[in-house]
Amino acid sequence: MEQEKRRWEQIPKINQDLLAPLLTTHWTYFLLVGVLVCLVAAGAGAWTYQVQTGIGQTNMHPPIFWAVYIASFIFWVGASHSGTFISGVLRLSKAEWRRPVTRIAELMTFISLMIATLFVFYHLGRVWRWYYLIPYPNQRELWPNFRSPLMWDAIAVFTYATASTIYLYLPLIPDFALLRERIDGWRRPLYRVLSFGWTGTQNQWHVLETALRIITPLIVMVMVSVHSIVGWDFGVSLVPAWHSTIFAPYFVVGAVHSGVGLVAIGLYVLRKIYHLESYITPEHFDKIGKLLVVTTLVLAYLYFAELLTIWYANIPDHMWVVDALLSGPFAVPFWFMATCIYIIPLATLTSPAFRRWPLGVMIVGVLINIGMYIERVLILVPPLSYPRLPFNWGSYFPSWVEMTIIVGSLALAVLLYALAVKVVPVISIWEEKEGLVHGAHHGK
Amino acid sequence: MTEPKQSSSSVPGPYKWEMAIDLDRCTGCEACVVACHAENNIRISGEQEAAEGRAINWIRIERYWEGEYPDVTVKFMPVLCQQCGDAPCEPVCPVYASYHTPDGLNAQVYNRCIGVRYCGNNCPYTVRQFNWFDPHWDPPLQEQLNPDVTVRQNGIMEKCTFCVQRIREKKELAEKEGRRVRDGEIAPACVQSCPTSALVFGDRNDPDSQVSKLARQDRGFHLLESLGTHPAITYLKRIT
Repeated sequence: MEQEKRRWEQIPKINQDLLAPLLTTHWTYFLLVGVLVCLVAAGAGAWTYQVQTGIGQTNMHPPIFWAVYIASFIFWVGASHSGTFISGVLRLSKAEWRRPVTRIAELMTFISLMIATLFVFYHLGRVWRWYYLIPYPNQRELWPNFRSPLMWDAIAVFTYATASTIYLYLPLIPDFALLRERIDGWRRPLYRVLSFGWTGTQNQWHVLETALRIITPLIVMVMVSVHSIVGWDFGVSLVPAWHSTIFAPYFVVGAVHSGVGLVAIGLYVLRKIYHLESYITPEHFDKIGKLLVVTTLVLAYLYFAELLTIWYANIPDHMWVVDALLSGPFAVPFWFMATCIYIIPLATLTSPAFRRWPLGVMIVGVLINIGMYIERVLILVPPLSYPRLPFNWGSYFPSWVEMTIIVGSLALAVLLYALAVKVVPVISIWEEKEGLVHGAHHGK
Repeated sequence: MTEPKQSSSSVPGPYKWEMAIDLDRCTGCEACVVACHAENNIRISGEQEAAEGRAINWIRIERYWEGEYPDVTVKFMPVLCQQCGDAPCEPVCPVYASYHTPDGLNAQVYNRCIGVRYCGNNCPYTVRQFNWFDPHWDPPLQEQLNPDVTVRQNGIMEKCTFCVQRIREKKELAEKEGRRVRDGEIAPACVQSCPTSALVFGDRNDPDSQVSKLARQDRGFHLLESLGTHPAITYLKRIT
């Protein structure tokens, strides 16, 4: 009884702790925002330059028609799997430890999908005609081609973006209502609209729970389908070393791998800056670390299966690519990638003591994401570099315009996250309280 | 190789434009490349762009070397769009810029293309060419632009059309005169300019056309035939 009382007394403390990031701002925050805005401006400038003068400002050339923009697109769509996987799967399995993690991950999903969409536009040769991709009624009765994997992709990403926005928004409604009552100033009218008339009646809670119960399994399915379709962009083509049945599952697992790594980074940074140590505990890093071990093993298994079949069959068109990766011009990035995404995670995260070290798990998350980015580039460039007629073989390294746009987009992602922290509580307040009550009921 | 369905040249019906390339006759002189540039308003790429691998050629002479120096022989192979019957470039285009005409040609609709470049990746022959910048002709070259052919702006994919403007012209003429196009009446710029007549063009639905006769030879093969793209170009093997 005494213990239960103590739990209830914690509720004002939860409010205080989790509203603090929205109420107080350190001067370094403005510095960070300033630096990010400069980087975003540089990226925007580079893109404007590219649109004005021509897509030739990239270093793409035949036979390499796709390069780092598409690699970044895959990477960011993959990053968006952080939220859906962590939040969706853990909500489905009713894992209690998800509570302080879900919002952080869902925000990542939302933001990384926006960034991924941007890369589609960077990539287009005539971006000013992008609306040809939309099926709109027109005089000439022209429609997009639904046989094209790129159309499947556009539809999948649009569906995913819509669904994950709803999925981010639904559990935010009770928090917005709380903020409406607690925060004055310019944000109050915003919260009044966003809280959607939430008053916390029994009926409203019931509706919210039902809605979440419906959308959670759906979003997990959408997540699997989206990256499968991104994988099929490559799998259904004729290009040697792209044409493979393994691409869809491989892309999904790879996306979860980098997504969970990204969540580790987010958890660490937000915990450090906003002193959330009593919410995000070493326990959470331990669980994230275990998840990463699983994704590492599954991904390594798929990668091995892919390489083994190509190597054993020894079909020249495909072997050119594998040789180039294992021992040819792409060997250095390839082995660096393998170290970052397989060897280091396995060597470190299999140790329970290491998993309870937040900084360590965060560093592995960074390495996994660097490795997975390289892996995306290696999926694109080497197979395209070795077309079937050897006369046309080529090589590629990104230009400064491409690199500026990539860095600018990364800065935009971080900037959007930094701005979101000032509008949205990074840890779901009501879910944290619910966890407390659950704990009380279960006598934990 | 499947035989064309139409058997008589007097029977009205669709044309099936095909080409035969006799590798025994090709000397690698590249007259076809120059003629193609002039006919189709292909942008002139400078030295730097060529070094970057961005020179646009709708037809190119691939060179394959055999033997060790100094005992080397070079083999030439003119490669242009194979106008595949089952073209890998067509289904992947999200906006139908790459499509199949009733005459069996792979057409590229320039003003529909938005430059996603999937077709370029999916073409096993790497014949699709992309405009990385707006075109430019040093004076007085702009004076010789062909008024029958569009000038393409940057961000657009392009490739060999079998000189569709010439095909159109002769087809319309024949239609007006109430007959089929005669064999040899249409010659794309590369065929017209080939000094050794290594390139032959015509209607494959006419069994008596020169291209049909050549394509039926035992020497005939298709480039990367195993991919099942059913190219409209038949290469004739070197025997010398």
